[in-house]
Amino acid sequence: MSDKILLKGNEAFSEAAMRGGCRYYFGYPITPQNEIPEYMSRELPKYGGSFIQAESEICAINMAYGAAAAGGRVFITSSSPGIALMQEGLSFLASAEVPTVLLAVSRCGPGIGGIQPGQADYFQATRGGGNGDYKIPVFAPSSVQESVDLIYESMQLSDEWRNPFFIFTDGILAQMMEPVKLPEKRPDIQTKDIRKHKPWALTGYGADDSKRNTVISLRMQPDALETHVHKLFEKYAHAEKELVRVESFGLEDAQVVIVAYGIVARIAKEAIEILAEQGIKAGLIRPISLWPFPYSEFKKISNKTKVVISAELSMGQLIQDVQLGVGDRLPIRLVNRTGGMIPSSLEIAQRTKKILEEIGG
Amino acid sequence: MDTYKMFFAGSGGQGILLMGQMVGNAAMLEQKEATFFPSYGPEMRGGTANCTVIVSEKPISSPLIHESDCVVAMTLPSMLKFEPTLKPGGLLMLNSTLIHREPQRTDISVMKIPVTELANTMGNARIANIIMLGAFIRATHAVSSESIEQILNGFFGGKSAALLELNLKAYHHWQ
Repeated sequence: MSDKILLKGNEAFSEAAMRGGCRYYFGYPITPQNEIPEYMSRELPKYGGSFIQAESEICAINMAYGAAAAGGRVFITSSSPGIALMQEGLSFLASAEVPTVLLAVSRCGPGIGGIQPGQADYFQATRGGGNGDYKIPVFAPSSVQESVDLIYESMQLSDEWRNPFFIFTDGILAQMMEPVKLPEKRPDIQTKDIRKHKPWALTGYGADDSKRNTVISLRMQPDALETHVHKLFEKYAHAEKELVRVESFGLEDAQVVIVAYGIVARIAKEAIEILAEQGIKAGLIRPISLWPFPYSEFKKISNKTKVVISAELSMGQLIQDVQLGVGDRLPIRLVNRTGGMIPSSLEIAQRTKKILEEIGG
Repeated sequence: MDTYKMFFAGSGGQGILLMGQMVGNAAMLEQKEATFFPSYGPEMRGGTANCTVIVSEKPISSPLIHESDCVVAMTLPSMLKFEPTLKPGGLLMLNSTLIHREPQRTDISVMKIPVTELANTMGNARIANIIMLGAFIRATHAVSSESIEQILNGFFGGKSAALLELNLKAYHHWQ
């Protein structure tokens, strides 16, 4: 482990973004992600990048829109109520096909809510709070290392797909320290080379030098807008095939399958060990991509399974995708906490066992 | 031991998080897995502070603890909060300068060390955490003493020789 260092989540996320190519960061303070703007303000200039503290989250996402439309590599971050303020901008970015990586360090709500970890923004992340028909790939890591890897990769994927990418984490991952291996710094794209890499970008020249580019999300002609939305959805259909990420185990002979993402998946793994000590076989499905959701993984659940459990820090949001994955094959139950309360592995194990007894498994 | 789970708890300014981070960093020197999770929120000097630390030979699934092997409590509120998390036979280490109440549990080991008083005697109240860290390592062997000394050297060495000497002295003070 000698090439690893013990790093705080927020600092590791920042470092991963910069090594992945981020040279523009626009931030506004909100707990529990404050170490990110702090780290970026200190470190991003060393990479030749620009840090700007925006006057609000609405401003930050629109600065991101501008910088990314000009071909810059942009990373922005916020937390639940701040992400809510960014939704309009996300819709614009998705419509204009402007790449940006947005990281959410999720806390609990509704309203200003609290600052402790939560997952009640699952719908906000996967269904979107902005207007119109659009999709944003969402990755939900469950360790600091996985966060680093996904942020680094998303800085590239976002450019390739010409789409915003969303990294969905929580207060635990952001605040904890874990051993991390940082990736190599990706080569810079020099300003003069942006035209080559991003011929659509607002560099003052069109791709063929004949006219300037435009980046817009306004299309007043219904037929033109319909054509544009269909084009976006062709891209999303590809994403649904290519961007699905999932981890699973024990599905072949599990009596109960627990579905959990992010930090809860790690607690669930320990719960599964506790259940095994009591002679109960439990399997796990851990969606890493929340959109596109790994629905097909649920086909691997065997006939030995009596019930599927959605374990989440929300009042039943993930469970709706679990229902789409399971259909009417099996009963589905919710094991949850909210308000910033985190279930222990013992609590998840005990509640799972009780559900299994009630089902008659 | 495969896995060792512990809480460091006290009040803001006592160097609680530093103790936890040092154990985590020392574990990494030993090629072990480690997680460190601090309490976070409206933290301030004089408020409560605690961190959850796990050191393991195996990959760590949950970074949270429902049953601890050791609790290091530097103030009374932290003892009251974390004593119930100890597993039977677990170790409770108390700063007896500030904690005058007896623990409730009878199924655990208790070590009382007047670290604030000892630190004052040594001329610097801020090294109470390092005196406790030394006692903790020698009592639990959660990580090796050599690893911690290496971390102390790295952390204070770059600041000043006098500060390093003071902290190494504090680290070895309680035998």
